[in-house]
Parts: sequence; structure tokens; C-alpha cells
Amino acid sequence: MNYQIVISGVGGQGVLFVTRLLAQACMDDNKRVLTSETHGMAQRGGTVISHLKVGTFSSPLIRPGNADLLVALKEENYPQHKGFLRDGGKAIVNAGEESVKGADLTPVDADAMALQDNNLHSTNLYMLGAALASVEVCSLERIKGQIEKVFSAKSDTVRANALLALETGYNHISKEL
Amino acid sequence: MTQINDRQLMLGNEALARGLCESGCQMATAYPGTPASEILPAVAALKKSETLESLHVQWAVNEKVAFEIAYAASIAGQRSAVAMKQVGLNVASDPFMSAAYLGVKGGFLVISADDPGPHSSQTEQDSRLYAMSAKIPVLDPDSPEQARDMVDLGFRLSEQFEIPVMIRPTTRVCHARQDIQINKVIPGTVEANFEKNPGRWAATPKFRFKLHNELEAKLAGIASFEETAPVRLNPDTGKPSKAIVVAGVSAAHARDIVNELDVSDRVALYQVIQPYPLHTAFMDEILETHSDILVLEETTGIIEMQLARRDKVKGKQSGHVPRTGELLPEIMEAIIAEFCGTESRSSIMEPVPGRRPTLCAGCPHRASFFAIKRAAPKGIYTSDIGCYTLGMNLGAVDTVLCMGAAISQAAGFAHAYNDEKRPPIVATMGDSTFFHAGVPALIDAVVQKAPILLVILDNRTTAMTGNQPTPATGIDVLGEEVASVDIAKLVEGCGITYCKTVDPMDTKGFITHIKEAVAYTKENGPGVVISRSPCLLSMSKAQRMEQYQKVEVSDDCDGCGYCVSHFECPALVLDSDNERVDIDASLCSGCGVCVHVCPKGSIVPGLVN
Ligand code: SF4
Ligand code: SF4
Repeated sequence: MNYQIVISGVGGQGVLFVTRLLAQACMDDNKRVLTSETHGMAQRGGTVISHLKVGTFSSPLIRPGNADLLVALKEENYPQHKGFLRDGGKAIVNAGEESVKGADLTPVDADAMALQDNNLHSTNLYMLGAALASVEVCSLERIKGQIEKVFSAKSDTVRANALLALETGYNHISKEL
Repeated sequence: MTQINDRQLMLGNEALARGLCESGCQMATAYPGTPASEILPAVAALKKSETLESLHVQWAVNEKVAFEIAYAASIAGQRSAVAMKQVGLNVASDPFMSAAYLGVKGGFLVISADDPGPHSSQTEQDSRLYAMSAKIPVLDPDSPEQARDMVDLGFRLSEQFEIPVMIRPTTRVCHARQDIQINKVIPGTVEANFEKNPGRWAATPKFRFKLHNELEAKLAGIASFEETAPVRLNPDTGKPSKAIVVAGVSAAHARDIVNELDVSDRVALYQVIQPYPLHTAFMDEILETHSDILVLEETTGIIEMQLARRDKVKGKQSGHVPRTGELLPEIMEAIIAEFCGTESRSSIMEPVPGRRPTLCAGCPHRASFFAIKRAAPKGIYTSDIGCYTLGMNLGAVDTVLCMGAAISQAAGFAHAYNDEKRPPIVATMGDSTFFHAGVPALIDAVVQKAPILLVILDNRTTAMTGNQPTPATGIDVLGEEVASVDIAKLVEGCGITYCKTVDPMDTKGFITHIKEAVAYTKENGPGVVISRSPCLLSMSKAQRMEQYQKVEVSDDCDGCGYCVSHFECPALVLDSDNERVDIDASLCSGCGVCVHVCPKGSIVPGLVN
């Protein structure tokens, strides 16, 4: 099964980090992956967008109207990038329940969850967890494995916080389903 | 050691680095610039992980110097490569043009990364046009994997014809990530051996003419070099009247699009591997076989230009393909669909303006700009390329032309105005840019006694491109200690007598210094203030905690918005009713500078540190 996923946010939020984590996890699942990332000036607080394509693709870019999933790490990215979604595609947006509206949109208040867990630097991972529960692009276990690997040199607390964020985001969505 | 037959997820730039190390490259040099910045660090990482002792890796002070260093290794017989962004090639164009005539010994690759869009550049220039102008063959990869493969191919082409070879990736190749089958790393084993031959390596104009003729002969051979010949991507679909010719990432897009639109039986799809020189046999063949040919390439119509048959060829010249901007796959889909008489399935998105980039909260540049505007409010502010270009958001950057131009433009303004009417002229330039191209301009300003103030924003790093070291840092790309050059001494060596090093985070003191310096330059010619404070991204957490100063907004704040528009710190947030400003604690770095910004004194040091 092919997947096309757009992940967007603001420079400094860890869009690239999440993209790479997901790409690597899909690769560990023996899938072919292709991403396109934003580097350079936009990383200084400007809009940052990643395209992630899993499966048999040769182009690294997603054309508007083709994405299965949009993960918006900031609310403002939803109106900006919703055009990438195909009919029936889903958007997971970091926003309070009532604040954004749109067809196929699931708000996930990752900022609030992160604040509650005193885990401010992991907002992106709450969102990744929620995204994983929304499309079956790869298993939660694979991502956990990746997190263990990437944070292997970091303290136990850092690793535990990352995993907590991922699982909380995941459970938030799978509960609803 | 990495395992062979392994797949690895790799950025295009890492794939290029991998290619260099899989092909016995012995020297790699670069100057950082988006989208090429990650190539050299990836080579350095492989040098360390694979203990490649015979490989010399280094940042150079600019692209011209990087080019010349790597080129010398090549004429001493070793495989070598230089990497840069497309505008870096402008800086290196002098040796680039000349090296085409002299040729090479060991394989020599010039990796020049283009940025159609542009996403992070001053221009959308097409490096392939430079290759054409220099008469150097160029390879155009469509993906990280192909970029890696083109390194070895390029080296062989370079050695067979004794000519520099350009590899021209674009942003969508450099910053694409793909799972790639990696090959074995092969350490280079060639001992440097420079064979003297002044008629070639120091050729005078008479010899140059001869070399130019030889170059033309080489090009004729390269235009029939089998391995770089165009490839028919759908060989089973016969000889339709229509053909599409693609190159670079446009080829990657086209493969998916032609499949999805299901038009493969209606058109012949060709991928050009080497856009210049275009293979002679290919040109003859497709112009004979097909009557309707569409060319899709970025950014200039190089292939189209060589397929010189206006009656048969559609592209940028003919107006069928946009001449500017990135050739996005949705644009290509619409063009291909129309060309094949079918409907496009994707939509074209109206661009919604996103968030503009800004200096980090607590960036020392912001403090410098604020002080400069205070000290010389009616000044002309020339500036340059780096994070500090974003000083534009604060109204503290009036001009940005190219690397190093802040000083020469400042001097030009100074000479253009007469003494009575001349406003204060303040140039800002980063430390890395000063080394790169500022020094000659400063010497000129000294000689001409230009009444300008240069503020060198010395944050000890090349921040915008990912915090690469500068010649002052004393650390190289491998993280090892190297010599360091003292900026103040260099400034004095240029002939400047007024040079002060000041901390911009001391707002009041800094404003006083800038005022003094401006007054001095008015009477005496150029002066320099070195504004020294480290980039936040190169500080450790402990260092940042140490200087953390909690700030608060008092109840006196009436939401006038002065700090937001004049200081533009992303951590200062005006509420939606414009009633007051709050501090976003997740962004604030606690630099404390904004305390001096609020005209009403409503931003105050917090009680708890
Ligand atoms: S990266 Fe460094 S130099 Fe660039 S804006 Fe941030 S603090 Fe300033
Ligand atoms: S102290 Fe003020 S200027 Fe400095 S980062 Fe915080 S809000 Fe911005």
C-alpha cells in the first residue's frame, strides 16, 4: 500500500525530526521511502513542510489533491496545506477541540497534552502518535524502536518523555475510534 | 565499517558524500550554502567512521578557494571534488572557466546545487548554463540514489576526457531522503604526483587557443560517451509522434505522472542524464522520429536550447513551460496532460502566504540591529547574506546583493552622496561573510577613505547554513583543532585604525559605541565595530542557562506594539485585542534585551532568575 503524508509546522518545531523518524521506521518495515524536506532560511521560524511518500514512487513531492494525511504541528498550517489532501484524506491538526473546523479534520491538542505532562519539547511526538493511530503507515512499535535508537545516547528521562508523548498521542486517537 | 548490501536512509547530500567515498575520492572541499551544505559534513563523517586516512576534507574560506584547492589535488593525480550552492559558483567561476581549458588528471567533480523556487537563495540561476558557458559536461541527477551513482560515473568521464565534470543536483535532490542500497567504501590510494608541464598548467594565451581547440574535440567525444547517453524510460511503446524529454528531478516527477495519467503508450519518454553536451546521436534521432517534442527541465531550457528546432520542440522558449520558479509536479502534470490530450488529476494550489522566517528569540543580531537603528536612525543600512538578512524584518537592512557587497555598497553610497547630504552609512556583515568576500571591499574602503561604519556581526559561526565553523573558530569540519584567524587583527591588517569589539547584549553600552563610531567615520573614513556574541544554536544548554534573565511584562503595558514591530522578538506576543504584550516562555531565551526596548519601561527584569 502506498502512502503520501504531508507534515508541516514552523521552523524549530521538529518537523524534520518527525519526518525522519517515520521514514526510518517505514524503512525498517521493508517499505521504500522518499521524503522531501525544508532546509535553510525557513528553518528560522518560517513555515516548514515535509513530504513523505511510502511505497513505489519516484517523485519526492506530493501533488495537491493526493495526500492521504496532513499532520499540522501548528493550527495555521492547516489552511495553508490542506490543499494537498485527496478526497477522503485526513488532517491531524495541533489545535483545541473547538478552534478549527474542516472536513476530515481531527484536532489534537498536543500543546495542552505537552503542558500537562510538562513535556514541552515533545509536542511533535504527540502529533506523530496521533498520526500513527490515524493511518496504518507503520506500527507504533517500529516508531518506539526508532525512538529508543535515536535517543540511545540521551538520558532515560529524555527517552521516557519521548515515548510518553508518542503513546499519549496514539491513545488519544485510538480511544476515539 | 558499514555492512555491504545494506539499505540506508539518506539525504541527497549524504548520498553524494557516500558516492565520493565509494569512488576513492581523496580530497573534498566546500563552502556552506543551502542546498549544498550537508555534503561536506557527510564526507567528514564517513572519513571518521571508515577511517579514510588518505582523504582530505575541509571547509574553505570561499568557493573560489575551495575550487582551487580541490583542483590542485586533481592535477596531482587524485580524485577530488568541490561542493557549493549555485551562487557559490559565481564566486568560483573564474577558476571554473579556466580549468575547463587546462583539464584535469585525477577525476574532478564540481558539485553545484541549484535552488529553483528559490527556497533559500538570491537567484534561480541554472548551473548547467555555466557548464555550457565553460564547455564542461554536466550530469543532472533525479534522486539521491542517482546522485550517488553519478559520482563514480562523473569521475570516470572526467578521467577519460581529462576534463572537470559538473554534477548539478537541485534542492529536491539535495534535500530528498531516500532508502539507498549502499556500496563498499573505497579509500583512494593515489600518491600525489604533480608532473610539471608549464605549457598546460601555466598556459599563456597562445597555448590557451590550442587548449580551446582540444576542449572542443573533447566535447565532441563526450557527446557520444555511451554511459551518459539519454535513456528511453518506456522502451516498449514504439515510436509515437509525441515525445517528452526530461532531466533531473523533473524526470522523477514525469515517471510517476506518465504512469498515473496512463499515457505511456502515447508518448516516448526520454531521460537526459547529461544535459550538456547533449548527445549528438540522440538529437538527430529524436528530431527525426518525433514531430512533437516537449522538454521539461529546471531552471533554464538548456536541453531545449540544444534541440534547436522551433517547429518541433515545446518548452520554456516556446512558452509552454514556465520560465521561472520551481517546475512543481502539479504544474508538470497539467502540461503533460494537455500535451497528451487528457485531463490532469491533481490540482494546482493557490500559494497561501506562510509564516516569514525571523531571527531566533534572543539572537544577538537583533540586539545589534536595534542598537544601530537607535544610534543612527536616519542611516542607510547595507547588509549581506546570512541569518542577519532577516534584520529586514526590523527595518535595519536596506540592501542585500550578494556575499560581501554590504561594504562595497556602503562605500558606493558614501561616494555618491556629497558631504552635506550624506546620511550615516552602516554596513552589517557576518563573520563568515567577512572572511568570504568582505576583506577586499574593506581594503578598498580604507584606500578611498569611505566614511562608512562596518559592524561585523561576529557570532563565531556560519549560522544560517547549520553552524559550520569560520576561519576564526579554530575547529574544522572533522571537529578537530585548526589555526584560527583573529578578526580584529585582520581588520587592522586591512588598514582600519578605528576597530572596537563590543558586546551587543549590553544594549546601552552598545548604542553608545555605535554613536561614537558613526561620528568618527563621518570625519575620518571607515571604522569597524565587531559585535561579538555567540549564536544561540552554538551555545550549550548550560551556557544558555547561565545568561538566562527572566523578564516580565508589567501591568503598565498598554499594547502599543512598539516592541513587536521594532524589535520583532518571536517571544513577544501581542494579544488579539492589542491590549498587552505577553512573553511566550517556551520561546524566550532570557536575553533581557527587550527590557531596554519598551519606551514605557513596561518590560522589566523578573524577580526569580
Ligand atoms: S541561528 Fe543563531 S544567528 Fe541565526 S537567528 Fe538564530 S541565534 Fe541568530
Ligand atoms: S528576553 Fe525579551 S528579547 Fe530576549 S528572548 Fe525573551 S522576550 Fe525576546
